[in-house]
Amino acid sequence: MVTIYIDGKPYQVDAGQNLLHICLSMGINLPYFCWHPAMGSVGACRQCAVKQFRDENDTRGRLVMACMTPAVEGLRISVQDPQAVEFRASIIEWLMENHPHDCPVCDEGGECHLQDMTVMTGHTYRHYRWKKRTFRNQNLGPFINHEMNRCIQCYRCVRFYRGFAGGRDFDAFSNHNTVYFGRKTDGVLESEFSGNLVEVCPTGVFTDKTFRKHYTRKWDLQTAPSVCVNCSLGCNTTPGERYGQLRRIRNRYNFNVNGYFLCDRGRYGYEFVNSDRRIRQARLRRNREAAFESVAPDEGLQRIKEIVKKSGRTIGIGSPRASLESNFALRTLVGPEHFFSGATVKDHELVTEAIKILRDIPSSMASLHEVETSDAALVLGEDVNNVAPMAAYALRQSVRCKPQAISQKLKISDWDDTAAREAVQDQKGPLYLATIADTRLDDMATRTFHASPQEIARLGFAVAHQISPTAPQPENLDSAALELSKMIAQDLKDAESPVVVSGCSLEEKSILYAAANVVQALRSIGKPARLFLTLPESNSLGLELLEPGSLNQAFAIAREDNVEAAIILENDLYRRSNPALLEAFFKSIPSVIVLDSLDNPTAQKADVLLPAATFAESDGTLVNNESRAQRYFQVFVPQDDIKESWVWLRAIGDALGQEEPGARKTFDGLIADMVKELPFLAPVQEISPASGFRIAGAKIPRQPHRYSGRTSMHANVSVHEPQPPQDPDSPLSFSMEGFLAEPPIEQPPASLIPEFWAPGWNSIQSLNKFQEEVSGPLIGGDPGKRIILPPDPEQAAYFDEIPEPFASRAGELLLAPLYAIYGSEELSIHTPGEAQLTPPLRLEINPRDAQQFNLTGETVLQVSVDSQVFELPLHISASIPEGTAGMICGLPEMPYVALPAWGKVTPKPVNSSTENPG
Amino acid sequence: MNKYILLRHRDIPNLKDLQIYQENGGFAAFRKIVTGLTPDQVMQEVKASGLRGRGGAGFPTGVKWSFLPTNLWPHYVVANADESEPGTFKDREILEENPYQFLEGLAIASYAVQANTSYVYLRGEFDPLAAGLDRCIAAMEAAGLLGDNLFGTSYSLRLHTHLGAGAYVCGEETALLESLEGRRGLPRLRPPFPAVVGLYGKPTVINNVETLTNLPPILENGATWYRTIGTEKSPGPKVFCLSGRVKQPGNYEMPLGTTFRKLIYEYGGGILDDRPIKAIMPAGASSALIPATEAVLDTPMDYEAVAQVGSPLGSASVIILDDTVRMDWLANKTAHFFSHESCGKCTPCREGTYWMAHLTDRIAAGKAEAQDVELLHDVTSQIQGKCFCALGEFSIMAVRSGIELFRADFDARAKRVES
Repeated sequence: MVTIYIDGKPYQVDAGQNLLHICLSMGINLPYFCWHPAMGSVGACRQCAVKQFRDENDTRGRLVMACMTPAVEGLRISVQDPQAVEFRASIIEWLMENHPHDCPVCDEGGECHLQDMTVMTGHTYRHYRWKKRTFRNQNLGPFINHEMNRCIQCYRCVRFYRGFAGGRDFDAFSNHNTVYFGRKTDGVLESEFSGNLVEVCPTGVFTDKTFRKHYTRKWDLQTAPSVCVNCSLGCNTTPGERYGQLRRIRNRYNFNVNGYFLCDRGRYGYEFVNSDRRIRQARLRRNREAAFESVAPDEGLQRIKEIVKKSGRTIGIGSPRASLESNFALRTLVGPEHFFSGATVKDHELVTEAIKILRDIPSSMASLHEVETSDAALVLGEDVNNVAPMAAYALRQSVRCKPQAISQKLKISDWDDTAAREAVQDQKGPLYLATIADTRLDDMATRTFHASPQEIARLGFAVAHQISPTAPQPENLDSAALELSKMIAQDLKDAESPVVVSGCSLEEKSILYAAANVVQALRSIGKPARLFLTLPESNSLGLELLEPGSLNQAFAIAREDNVEAAIILENDLYRRSNPALLEAFFKSIPSVIVLDSLDNPTAQKADVLLPAATFAESDGTLVNNESRAQRYFQVFVPQDDIKESWVWLRAIGDALGQEEPGARKTFDGLIADMVKELPFLAPVQEISPASGFRIAGAKIPRQPHRYSGRTSMHANVSVHEPQPPQDPDSPLSFSMEGFLAEPPIEQPPASLIPEFWAPGWNSIQSLNKFQEEVSGPLIGGDPGKRIILPPDPEQAAYFDEIPEPFASRAGELLLAPLYAIYGSEELSIHTPGEAQLTPPLRLEINPRDAQQFNLTGETVLQVSVDSQVFELPLHISASIPEGTAGMICGLPEMPYVALPAWGKVTPKPVNSSTENPG
Repeated sequence: MNKYILLRHRDIPNLKDLQIYQENGGFAAFRKIVTGLTPDQVMQEVKASGLRGRGGAGFPTGVKWSFLPTNLWPHYVVANADESEPGTFKDREILEENPYQFLEGLAIASYAVQANTSYVYLRGEFDPLAAGLDRCIAAMEAAGLLGDNLFGTSYSLRLHTHLGAGAYVCGEETALLESLEGRRGLPRLRPPFPAVVGLYGKPTVINNVETLTNLPPILENGATWYRTIGTEKSPGPKVFCLSGRVKQPGNYEMPLGTTFRKLIYEYGGGILDDRPIKAIMPAGASSALIPATEAVLDTPMDYEAVAQVGSPLGSASVIILDDTVRMDWLANKTAHFFSHESCGKCTPCREGTYWMAHLTDRIAAGKAEAQDVELLHDVTSQIQGKCFCALGEFSIMAVRSGIELFRADFDARAKRVES
């Protein structure tokens, strides 16, 4: 720590930190553009100029750029100095030479950093009187709108896209005042992190194209803290609503999880909430042959009451995409012994095993932030870009950690981005990727290893053995894999904080064991290694923590035990089980009750269907891949008869007259019951204040204090302003009245911040007012708590279930699952933009196998697996290991098949009735 | 005979033939140092000679070399052949007619800092020159003057040429490095300096073509000999590029410290039509205007004396302006040049030069309002001292000094609107 003087006032600050970071962290407003808290300084825009003085006698001083000036003992600067103030205003005047005066029609207006900075510098009058420069815009695909005329050339976009997100198809072009940021030609941006350009851009060059289709000003959006439902990482989000429609999703900073960024699947995956396929009314059918009819909710409930009353037994099938509370409510309704996991049988086993590993192994699970800051990484099995994209982002940053030693040796500060990158050049820290086929992270990898799932597991076991000889060794490992395992082991041993990333996507338990062994082996030699497991869905861990039975057990009970009714919670079972098994299951159950938000094949099987709320219309808790329980809140009250699932389930319980404590009527009561029954879930109660929480006696408003049109938005129905909806479940209100945060003086707890806003800071850059320090934790602690805490550091036994070497089979290929960022996940296909980017069905085969099977480029294949036959176009891919084939799973046209599995692959017989050649 | 030290081809025909170059003592210095001197001895000799960088800044060459850390390897030497300053054409003549002396100088510099790979970075328009240099490099390799284990020692050296895309800013050494690494030519912030973090992140010396061309004679004849030429603080010969309103424009090699008068009236044959001289730009478009008073004409052209009369000597591209030249017109020309050549990285230069170009357009066209001259001056004040690199800083020199010294020229154009 050193003492510096800002406008004569002493401050204790970190030595070497740049002055802009320091000023913002100290709450001193200083305008900036090219600097970004996650991307450091480049000194290009010259906006953050301050006056630096030699000593206390120096009255002249000289202008320096705060972002490029490190703090040293005794440093004296002035932010208020008239010359600095004048210069900062002149920078804005310059930027405004060409910036169009289109704020009133610009999507960024009202949350524009350039607007904020213009006001901050006091620039009001322009001297420049010529035509503005104009550019041609590009079509960048379904997510990003491009409006280059607004560009102020801060270079943040290209720095993020290429330097941080690893994209290649976007760059800066031309020079002088016609510098252009875009692609060589029009086209969809390839990076899965392109949506961050919207937030990285300080003005309206890159704006959210999906938002544009139903645009609303930021101050007219009703927002609430939320959590992404599109993968298991649980990135924090801020969804915004207007007129009963979810309008967009923005990043919500969480130091431990997603930091400043989101992936495109999470950012743009919200549109299913507005889908035409939403179930909005209760539906029932009198018998299995009858058509569905929409009914009043009470009638649906009455029907359920009749069904469940006469039934001997009711089983419940939970959901890995429903909240912990809804799953628990179902578990309570049907009884723990009749509560089954709605995950696939394999996922159920794998996640249960993952929980065991996390509980038994004396290692901390890594948070995303810890992955990002680890200096060596081994990925076993996961194609993170497609399965858990933000983990790919984190790994991409992690390779920059170890080479930081090079720039640090040269006394280059880590925040000095250009210089640090120049010193490091293309040197990267260790990152080993063992996957089925190539991934979009390969360009960062020290080495890649493409093999069958069991060979990936065997490599992992070998690495563990190389680190610690007490770890079991795979037999008959080929020499290449052995050499690679030695190399990986050495790099992990040499690291300060190595991380092993693995997960469930290859559906191979031994990969989890291998990853666990590597972490254990590293821990046994004193390395603080961490384990990061990606899981199938947003609440996979939360579901399995409730200890449900497996789907197969549910089927068996249905077959054998005379089950009368099944309640299926937010789950399309056709995505999770063999269709033949499901048909038999539905046939054997006299009454099927489904709660869901989107129409799907399972909903079509329902005898009674209840409209369930989506994440945006619910309160709930999701448990992410590192067991971090995170609360999301209702963004808006659903219309029609839609209700949160736990509310429906409670209503069913009430209708049945179940013995229940009165407290169960509320969300808080439900959580209290849950913690009472499953005490290890206690953190769920602590992650956010209970509904009775008030600040200065007031609730926290979901609507900004500038929310407009409240009195008129219902005028087409009635001129009388209706009472706003009440929210008995949380300390948030559906109103603009209430506690007005004035960060950093007073603000709600981090879990209850509906949006980041501070006076003078209307853009997302206002975050600095909510953080303890720029890019540090949120004041008062980041939201979310881990449920599984690291046990006592004692050595658990190594796993020794090492699979046999992979042996190819004559006439068959091992079909392994591949994933597509858009398409493999259930909800993404209900978003038009993401659906548009879904890849076509295909079977990827190694060229040598193709040759052996006499398959050529254009062939359609018949694939027989698990008593099903599919027709899939052939795609020859050199990175698929011989003897295996890759199949993109989860695509809507594909029936579920449990993978990996051996399949027979033959060319589709040529249709005999071909057209005559004439 | 043997009047020239740098432009020796003017004495010796066909000096761009390797055999003729060698017959006239070529590569003796390089052979001598590689086989007989330590790198440190070479560095000391060059330091003792007082050779200063000819690219514009005039920084002592030997001192620049000594900044390279000896615990970071490899080292690189880059010859800056991005001669882009308007009014500068000296490097071109050397590269065209006396290429081996330059390449020998580059080889000597490489040996002095123990670089095994060195580059010649040429502006894109120098395409034919690069082809010529490539042929020279091939000839040197064939003659055993480049390659592994030179002259039986353990020292190895390879040279490469690299063409830029013709951006002025790439003459700035950090932008040059960016361009050489295959990126857009944008300057880097210093520190770190290229001597520590340079090409590919490694310690790098960047020397001007003319600077390097000085090395063979220095190493051959010694520092003491070299110091007999020029002045105490600015020793050695210099090629002055004379252009503008003179009768005989061209390159003139003279000792540093020769007066403007001698250059203009003796070598340059005086002003066109024998009109009165108005001002001098000693450093091309980047220089401030110096009113051509008698005292100025008698000023010796060395780094210190020229700076004292109002502008750096720079690369000694002396542009002569006579009384027919309107300074508002000149300001307009330079403003357009810099607004076109701005790389677009920092705001003051990118937007400021553009604004200057517009303002000077209007003034030069006689459509300006009275306050526009003041506004132009304000804009230059806001640019001055606040840009990322020297290009932005230089962009205002002619405009600002033009307004300050020849205000009448500007006001005359601006006032017309009011009448």
